[in-house]
Amino acid sequence: MINKTVKDADEAIRDLADGMTIMFGGFGLCGIPENCISALVKKGVKNLTCISNNAGVDDFGIGLMLHQRQVKKMISSYVGENAEFERQLLSGELEVELIPQGTLATRCLAAGYGMPAIYTPAGVGTEVAEGKEVRNFNGKDYLMEMAFDADFALVKAWKGDTAGNLIFRSTSRNFNPIMAMAGKITIAEVEELVEPGELNPDHIHTPGIYVHRIFQGKNYQKRIEQRTVRNR
Amino acid sequence: MLDKEGIAKRIAKEINDGSYVNLGIGIPTLVANYIPAGFNVVLQSENGLLGMGPFPYDGEEDADLINAGKQTITTLPGSAVFDSAMSFGMIRAQKVDLTILGAMEVSENGDIANWKIPGKMVKGMGGAMDLVASAKNIIVAMQHVNKAGESKLLPACSLPLTGVRCVKKIVTELAVLSVLPEGGFKLEERAPGVSVDQIKQATAGKLIIEGEIPEMVV
Repeated sequence: MINKTVKDADEAIRDLADGMTIMFGGFGLCGIPENCISALVKKGVKNLTCISNNAGVDDFGIGLMLHQRQVKKMISSYVGENAEFERQLLSGELEVELIPQGTLATRCLAAGYGMPAIYTPAGVGTEVAEGKEVRNFNGKDYLMEMAFDADFALVKAWKGDTAGNLIFRSTSRNFNPIMAMAGKITIAEVEELVEPGELNPDHIHTPGIYVHRIFQGKNYQKRIEQRTVRNR
Repeated sequence: MLDKEGIAKRIAKEINDGSYVNLGIGIPTLVANYIPAGFNVVLQSENGLLGMGPFPYDGEEDADLINAGKQTITTLPGSAVFDSAMSFGMIRAQKVDLTILGAMEVSENGDIANWKIPGKMVKGMGGAMDLVASAKNIIVAMQHVNKAGESKLLPACSLPLTGVRCVKKIVTELAVLSVLPEGGFKLEERAPGVSVDQIKQATAGKLIIEGEIPEMVV
């Protein structure tokens, strides 16, 4: 097996540079690559284009990078939980492209499947359709949406082996496996890094061929955005 | 007049046994509490879960298990987890039978606006544009008028659209209305204690009233 292991997040992002396009797995704060984000904040790279379903919260996740003005452009579907984001957006400091969540997901999938574009009905007749090719199939209109082209994909998995095979846990799977497939260089941080042979091949969500670097993550906060409970 | 719980309770009557349902944030989330006992209904959460269960007991929250509103939830026997592409794949392929979501405006031809107020509020569309573009049946849960007292049922939406000609039914604190294929809000039911005149006054779009309008049973 090819060993993809690197020491830590700093080593993993060593050649991630200003102006690049970066994908971040996660939905809200669930399943975000916490270690890689911390390393990016420390490294201080700037003018990044970030593809992520959300933009974190004010003091965690991509919100930390927004505070340091590291982000030139966000490509997201929902950004409602972040006041600093909304401020930078409304003042024009930050460029934002809001796209439907399914379009975001499927543009990742297309990149990972080697397809240049997809057709989706999402956004037909809305401002999302502006400037895009519309094509009619079987009496219904669809928008052509291009596959993403990202320099790096940063994902978080539950378990992984040194060959880069990944298993995700519960709904922290979300965008992680499809972004893992879509990056020119994919970095996976995992809660538990094991040797090849310790994961059942039938249980692998992301085959190691898509993962270029993997490391054992540490100090996970796994913050909860909306803690909702019921009484016993 | 209905409160939010009342709107949710009335919408729950639209859910068929054996259906897959996607509930949006806000009033739609409350609908889950009123699905009749004994019904086998599977709730889809577009972040990647079929079979959404109730909130966890205090102390049993799992940061890896949330719904599309980022709330901690639980799974149920028979639940399945998947990635975001498959989640919208099943939505696009119309495997999900019913979508219930909130709206800022609905037009008389079924257009919906619920993601942006230019210059004021930009939260994003999330999965709403995908859902309304593909769902077989879309029910909107919302207040009949906005905070300024203006009707949210309009001849045409003034806000940026989420989807066109897609809303089938609307349940508000005042009424149940269906959107006719040829255009127009057909008044189906009045909320308890609400007159047809009150509904007329609160509806800016074309309102179609045929015969006696029954009071809804909630």
